[in-house]
Amino acid sequence: MIRFDNVSKVYARGAKPALDDISLEIERGDFVFLVGSSGSGKSTFLKLILREERPTDGEIYVAGRHLNRLSNWRVPQFRREIGAVFQDFRLLPNKTVYQNVAFALQVIGKKRHIINSTVPEMLDLVGLAGKEKRLPHELSGGEQQRVAIARAFVNHPPILLCDEPTGNLDPGTSVGIMRLLDRINRTGTTVLMATHDDEIVDQMRKRVVELKGGHLVRDQDRGVYGLERV
Amino acid sequence: MRLKFIFGEVANGLRRNSTMALSVVLVTFVSLTFVGAAALIQMQIGDLKSDWYGKVEVTIGLCPENARSTQCAAGSVTADQQEQIRKVLEEGPVSDLVEKVYFESKEEAFENYKRQDNQGISDLLTADQMQSSFRVKLNDPEQFQVVSDAVAGMPGVDYVQDQREIFSQLFKFLNAATVVAAALAGIMLLTAGLLITTTIRLSAMSRRRETAIMRMVGSSRTLIQAPFMLEGAFAASLGAIFAVGALYASVRYVVGDWLKSSVSWVAYVNEADVMVVAPYLIAIAVALAGAASVVTLGKYTRA
Repeated sequence: MIRFDNVSKVYARGAKPALDDISLEIERGDFVFLVGSSGSGKSTFLKLILREERPTDGEIYVAGRHLNRLSNWRVPQFRREIGAVFQDFRLLPNKTVYQNVAFALQVIGKKRHIINSTVPEMLDLVGLAGKEKRLPHELSGGEQQRVAIARAFVNHPPILLCDEPTGNLDPGTSVGIMRLLDRINRTGTTVLMATHDDEIVDQMRKRVVELKGGHLVRDQDRGVYGLERV
Repeated sequence: MRLKFIFGEVANGLRRNSTMALSVVLVTFVSLTFVGAAALIQMQIGDLKSDWYGKVEVTIGLCPENARSTQCAAGSVTADQQEQIRKVLEEGPVSDLVEKVYFESKEEAFENYKRQDNQGISDLLTADQMQSSFRVKLNDPEQFQVVSDAVAGMPGVDYVQDQREIFSQLFKFLNAATVVAAALAGIMLLTAGLLITTTIRLSAMSRRRETAIMRMVGSSRTLIQAPFMLEGAFAASLGAIFAVGALYASVRYVVGDWLKSSVSWVAYVNEADVMVVAPYLIAIAVALAGAASVVTLGKYTRA
């Protein structure tokens, strides 16, 4: 589903590479934690998958597309294959829960009747049924993140990227979010989640990919956050 | 769905940025009014030329009694001299260029003068004080010099005048007015362009969240950019429509009602001329907004 072949990314000529010769394959339906301290290259890794950045070296394949050869005008179509969730939720503050989720479908030109049937279904899935008319500031952090997940997943993309989705949430709420992501993963969606949250990683026992200073230092099935703590 | 979305966003953007949008409307309005005025002045010049050049004649003034000019030192023109001049015009080498020769006697000149006079000066004059003349209509007014050379200096000729000269001052003035209007229009258009750029930028900044999400979920670049472009184009076109309205009103009420009643012998530009200019003004507005969008949007809404 996602394949990196000897990928390097250097932002400024002569600078230390943000990613250095990374090769990695993530299969369809995998749930992968991407761990590493700040500056380890996690964000660059995610940006390369979203094609917000292009690799300096190496080949990237995502959702059956060779990103090195993907022309700019095809990028929007490609992005519809990836849902993205962020630490800061990125909801539109003046739109209701329903409108926030519907927005993602409207702007890719979905028909109204499809929107009308899909959005409530999705809100139901993330556990927000009955809160359609709330505005984001009337919701708790966990609920806001559920809206963001609903928006990312409403188009049923085969890949869900999560960048620190529990970073702003308390541990109890985080568990709920992780259950939701796990449920989405069980529908066959590939989930890649960058995180600092060691408790979650340790609990979930999923595949763990660790970056350090731009290098891939660990790729472990059913791993935990830090090897040294095992 | 998409059209509704785009127009909804345009309406939102204009409402949120209403003061900027209003300033774009006003600046384009003023600048395009100048552009239109310059165009109408040029059309007026064209109208006048085609209207007057068809009517203008070469006037060959014949020596009156007691003339002060050296050509007429010998006194008033004699019947013989007058006949000689007519012969040159009608049978001489320049006769090909001459369409019609008309002799205006002193009496006729006096009558004509009386008719045009509205200040009572004609009461102080007599027919004898007027000057008889030949009015020559040329096939081609541009050939004035040839005809002039043929008769100037003949005995009994006081002066040869090309009536076009009377208008050349007016045309010079109108051309200068065009240059001024066009220069002002240029500066105002530049201002309008910069202002539209700023407006679009502000609008794009204020909707960064939306556009970031749109990029993330994969909306097409067209859908992301169209609302901003249309916003600029809408404000600029509205300015252009106001400019057309202002020009229409000035032509109708200032030129049509007021100027025509005070100086009635001139052909003026009319409302139809404004309608000829109008599409160009709107096209300029849209092109301006389009150019400003292209310059601005690449940076703010890239994929």
